[in-house]
Amino acid sequence: MSEDIIAALKENVIQGRKTIDDEGIDEALSGKPGVVELTRSALDNNIPLETIINQGLTAGMQVVGDKFDTKEYFIPDMLASAEAVGAAMEILKPLLEASNIETKGKFVIATVKGDIHDIGKNIVAILLRGAGYEVDDLGTDVPTEKIVEVVMESKPQFLGLSALLTTTMLVMGEVVEALKKSGIRDKVKVLIGGAAVSDEYAKEIGADAYCTDAFHAINVLDAFREARV
Amino acid sequence: MPREGILVRTPYERITDEQVQQIHHASMEILKDPGLISFNKEAAEIFHGNGADVTKVSSGDNPCWLVRIPEKLVLSAVDSTNKTVKLGARNIENILVMKGDEPRVFFITGSETNTWLDVGFQTYVRKSEPATEIRVPEFHPRRGTVADLCKSAHVCEHLQTVDGYIRTVNIQDKDITEDNKDVNKFFASLNNTTKHVMSGLTSLKQLDNVVRMAELIVGGKEQLKENPIISFITCLVKSPLQFVEDTTDTFIEICRRGLPVVVSSSPQAGTSAPIKEAGIMAQINAEVLAGITLSQMVNKGTPVLYGSVPVRARMDTLGDSYGSVETSQYNIDCVQMARFYKIPNYSTSGVCDAKVPGQQSSIERLFSDLVVTLSGPQFLHCAYGLLDCNAIFCLLQAVLDDAHFQMIKFLLKPAPIGEKEIAETLKQIREVVATPDKMYIRYIRPVMRSGEISSPYPFEGDLTSDNVFAMAYERMNELLAKPVEHIDSATTSKIFQEIPGLLPRLNVYEERR
Repeated sequence: MSEDIIAALKENVIQGRKTIDDEGIDEALSGKPGVVELTRSALDNNIPLETIINQGLTAGMQVVGDKFDTKEYFIPDMLASAEAVGAAMEILKPLLEASNIETKGKFVIATVKGDIHDIGKNIVAILLRGAGYEVDDLGTDVPTEKIVEVVMESKPQFLGLSALLTTTMLVMGEVVEALKKSGIRDKVKVLIGGAAVSDEYAKEIGADAYCTDAFHAINVLDAFREARV
Repeated sequence: MPREGILVRTPYERITDEQVQQIHHASMEILKDPGLISFNKEAAEIFHGNGADVTKVSSGDNPCWLVRIPEKLVLSAVDSTNKTVKLGARNIENILVMKGDEPRVFFITGSETNTWLDVGFQTYVRKSEPATEIRVPEFHPRRGTVADLCKSAHVCEHLQTVDGYIRTVNIQDKDITEDNKDVNKFFASLNNTTKHVMSGLTSLKQLDNVVRMAELIVGGKEQLKENPIISFITCLVKSPLQFVEDTTDTFIEICRRGLPVVVSSSPQAGTSAPIKEAGIMAQINAEVLAGITLSQMVNKGTPVLYGSVPVRARMDTLGDSYGSVETSQYNIDCVQMARFYKIPNYSTSGVCDAKVPGQQSSIERLFSDLVVTLSGPQFLHCAYGLLDCNAIFCLLQAVLDDAHFQMIKFLLKPAPIGEKEIAETLKQIREVVATPDKMYIRYIRPVMRSGEISSPYPFEGDLTSDNVFAMAYERMNELLAKPVEHIDSATTSKIFQEIPGLLPRLNVYEERR
């Protein structure tokens, strides 16, 4: 029974079916439980959290990643799967907090003040959730003071700043300066992304990394984690 | 089911209905005065026998006749011409059905070039930074051979957008003569593609051998009429307004056999036709109509295509400039004229002035391929792989052309907008707007898998460097490695027994022994 649930959970992650209403790719799964329902079912059947995460969610995402690498899957597939995993992690979050199992890390993300563009930011948030990070998305047009306040309070390991415009990218530098003034710059890795910015700009403002896209962001975060270990 | 081609629902029209009428009337005037010079006696006699005013104008070694064709003769011929032409294929799923009043486009290769362009890659190292290398394509021209023709037909068999095959390269092997060229070029083409095969004829003496070969493949005379797997293109008219002696003989004999044939004219604006659009159009239309009239007088109902290969002269050399914008304009005008007569049109695009694959060739061919397709010709001879007007063929270029024809075909798909789609859209918008992320991405997946989203350019590199040629070359070799459905062993054996002049090396079954 437990094995069946985990196998179905993995398969539904691969199919990118968040709930029973989702289409997925394989029509045979239509109307059957999705990742959300299967995660609840796994908990009801007392399947250990680690098994749900490692053998169901992470194993499924691994297959999705492989399919993406071989161009069988495209970004919409990856996002659907990541979104499904993100929803499962929301269900598991209280239990994780009560246990000793750690997530891959806490990531706060925001589009800086003056900029309302959020497609790239949202994609990063979804994929990072799917990759096992705990993501706090502050939204768009977020004031610098608000970002600093959240970093001070929730103590994330990573902060992602997004800006599309050449005018608003300057705010990223202001955020880095504000973190310095608050004495918490060295407590958090600052990553920047968006059409207007570059690796060179990241260095110029004192950010820790520039991410070209959401996949790059995952790689950068994983690299920071490994360096920390 | 025949091939679908691509239906152009609202064809681009360059000239107005009034201008179409003006060109038509001017052509009728031209056919009456000055008329055409026929260097072919039989054609002159046929015109005379059908009521045209024919006068012998020179005697001696090159006798010729002035033929003045009355309008009613032309209109009667246009009337009796089949408005639907079927071009058969070894694989019946590759049959092409062309209706003169339906702008359904089929993409076909051709024409015949003398030079085959080999492609190789050289690696260059940056002097100041030896670790940096780039691969650069090099092109090596040489005379075309029958093996090249086989390769070209083989690859075109596998190119998705190629609907039919016109031989792309003139076979110039040492053992190819005027007497065996036709049978070998038709066999090499037919044996390597299951699509329709069209070609010109080098020697009239070979016509019956070529027709017999096709009959053996499809199973007999009647079967060939039902499924004409071969057709012919003849340039019986030499501009301005002359029936050539030998090709007119060939044309008459093809018509007698009732096989599909293109009446092709290729005047050059500025030299063999007036430089102004009205002039070249009135003349080419007259020339093609004269050929069509002859076809119907020889054998009423002969399936003919209104063949137009107009071109503007280059101002620097007075050579052809197929890459010029005017050339596309003339072709579009011709498409409209053919549609006016409801006769399927053989049109031209993609012929470029560039001599090697590169930016110039891409720009010139994509421009004309797109605009001429939009006008809705039925048989678009769109020069897959041709370079330097029609002097060079490069297989790599043909593979590149297939990629942009995929884009053109996608562009012309009908717009999927209707009540069902609008209802779905409204539901989707309401759902998404209510979510925090406000993204439609989850709705992409079913659409993506239904084929409603166009594929990315197949030779896209890593976006920081241009690897188009290397990737297309790889694709070309993949296609060459894919098997083709050759003519079966028993039929091949019969063909080699019955048809003289075939090169033994073309018998794939003998080669395998």
